[in-house]
Amino acid sequence: MSVLVLAENPKGNFKKPAFEAVHYGHLTAKALGTECIALVLGSADNPAQLGEYGASKVIHLTEGFDAYDSRRYLAAVTQVAQQIGANVVVLNHSSTGKSLLGGLAVKLNAGAVSGVNSIPNTDSGFSVNKNVFAGKAIAEVSINTDVKVLTLMGNSIPPEQVGSAVEVESLQIELPEAKTTVTGQNTVAGVVPLPEAELVVSAGRGMKGPENWGIIEDLANVLGATTACSRPVADTGWRPHHEHVGQTGVAIRPNLYIAAGISGAIQHLAGVNSSKTIVVINKDPEAPFFKAADYGVCADLFDVVPALTEAIKSFKASN
Amino acid sequence: MNLLVCVTKTPETTSKISFTGNSFNTEGISYIMNPYDEWYALVRALELKEQHSGTVTVINVGPAENDVVIRKALAIGADDAVRVDTTPTSAKEVAHHVFNYAKDKAYDIVFCGKETIDYNGAEVGGMLAALMDVPYLSFASKLDHDGTVATVERDIEGGVEVATVNGPFVLSASKGLAEQRIPNMRGIMMAKRKPLEVVAAQDVSADVATTGYSLPAAKAGVKMIDAENMTELVRLLHEEAKVI
Ligand SMILES: Cc1cc2nc3c(=O)[nH]c(=O)nc-3n(C[C@H](O)[C@H](O)[C@H](O)COP(=O)(O)OP(=O)(O)OC[C@H]3O[C@@H](n4cnc5c(N)ncnc54)[C@H](O)[C@@H]3O)c2cc1C
Repeated sequence: MSVLVLAENPKGNFKKPAFEAVHYGHLTAKALGTECIALVLGSADNPAQLGEYGASKVIHLTEGFDAYDSRRYLAAVTQVAQQIGANVVVLNHSSTGKSLLGGLAVKLNAGAVSGVNSIPNTDSGFSVNKNVFAGKAIAEVSINTDVKVLTLMGNSIPPEQVGSAVEVESLQIELPEAKTTVTGQNTVAGVVPLPEAELVVSAGRGMKGPENWGIIEDLANVLGATTACSRPVADTGWRPHHEHVGQTGVAIRPNLYIAAGISGAIQHLAGVNSSKTIVVINKDPEAPFFKAADYGVCADLFDVVPALTEAIKSFKASN
Repeated sequence: MNLLVCVTKTPETTSKISFTGNSFNTEGISYIMNPYDEWYALVRALELKEQHSGTVTVINVGPAENDVVIRKALAIGADDAVRVDTTPTSAKEVAHHVFNYAKDKAYDIVFCGKETIDYNGAEVGGMLAALMDVPYLSFASKLDHDGTVATVERDIEGGVEVATVNGPFVLSASKGLAEQRIPNMRGIMMAKRKPLEVVAAQDVSADVATTGYSLPAAKAGVKMIDAENMTELVRLLHEEAKVI
């Protein structure tokens, strides 16, 4: 019996999602009275550090994972889970984690739940909470199989340092031939991806046009925030698709969500209402978003956003 | 090209979500085709068929009332449809029923939406690919196919990854894969005569169960800040909300 955690290492580096998953695995293992083992696929910087977040051991498979191939990754996680007798497998609710979840459920005869945001309740059986309807409601789901597979929603359970570096081992597995060939990646460098972001600055149609986004980027830059947008803004090509948040876009749960010139339609709110703190800047006092906000500023965003940027600059300078 | 598109229905996006005990209140809820299935997966499949010829079949696992959604997919342009007659409660059931139907039909690509907008599972595609033992190209926002090799752009954190694949695969569609098509009158008329095969479900059991629902805690109410006083907002974000 054990809890296996796939610790993601994009471009060889562990980031917050890996620490969150390992720490979640550690808490789950504690609830079940067992140990948490981290799995690392492909070249990675210092896998032993995962012990700090609660892994009792790290299994590091170095060869054959430089490019993502769904069948190879699936085979690796499956075989490791079987060899160590894992009864819970924890993944991030990320592109890789979500891609593996269904396949692992099939290969391990496991019940699967995606986007989990609570520590499993093991009082009687095994159940977890997840957001449904992009955050309009929360479902409690029980899993009835011996083996369980979960993807953990980012920013749900803060990672904590509970231990120190641990031993790193390898395992013998057999990989199938790759059937896909990765020919390139095109990602924005130096920006925290939206699903992982703790601070988000978002803007909508109230911006009038893409040429005005400078003030949003300035605000995001002083905060170290990631930018997002409403759907019509992405649909009209003012901003890239991956910035679209909402029921038919990315669902996020940052600590701070600042919305400027967004009306707060129900489909938009669905994807952002799990944010810890919401600030709404809108010149229409009737804008529905104010009802979902913690702080509101009812005025022209073209005055408010630059003023807020300046206020944060002075705050940062004096802290 | 022989293409299969999985479609399902979800509550319309403005629906007020409420629950009694552990069941979702369906009264007054109207349903739509899951947007990822309709806007992106189905339309891109139709475009590939227009380019390479072949057939586009849509499949739904669900009860007879889902025929409305299936007819809409036919009106948008699918050639024929299958409904596996059962009411699934989990992704596992859906994936196994689709697999049971598809396994001996040699589809070149099986399309799904990247997730449903109600349960946000994102599970069916990965399950299907594993059952079929073919690659899973998830969260595809672009798909080109030259008849032999497919080139797929997959959404990953902060951007896209481009991959090529030979041979059959399962794809889950995300935004950008195609542009929504609105069915026209002719399509709607033709859809009525297109074949919709109803097949009996084999035995598949669920292994997860929803045991309860709750609504997120309501906000305490908005605190309005004077637009001239952004220093006060920053102070509150720092001292009260503790987010900066
Ligand atoms: C099936 C379906 C799915 C959808 N999914 C999503 C989704 O996932 N995400 C999403 O965002 N939307 C979604 N929508 C669209 C949604 O219903 C709204 O149309 C959309 O969110 C509105 O975007 P907006 O707030 O940017 O624009 P608008 O509704 O036009 O609002 C603009 C706001 O800006 C304010 N404003 C204008 N000028 C200024 C100024 N100078 N200063 C301050 N404020 C100003 C206005 O008062 C207004 O409130 C969906 C719709 C459907 C039908």
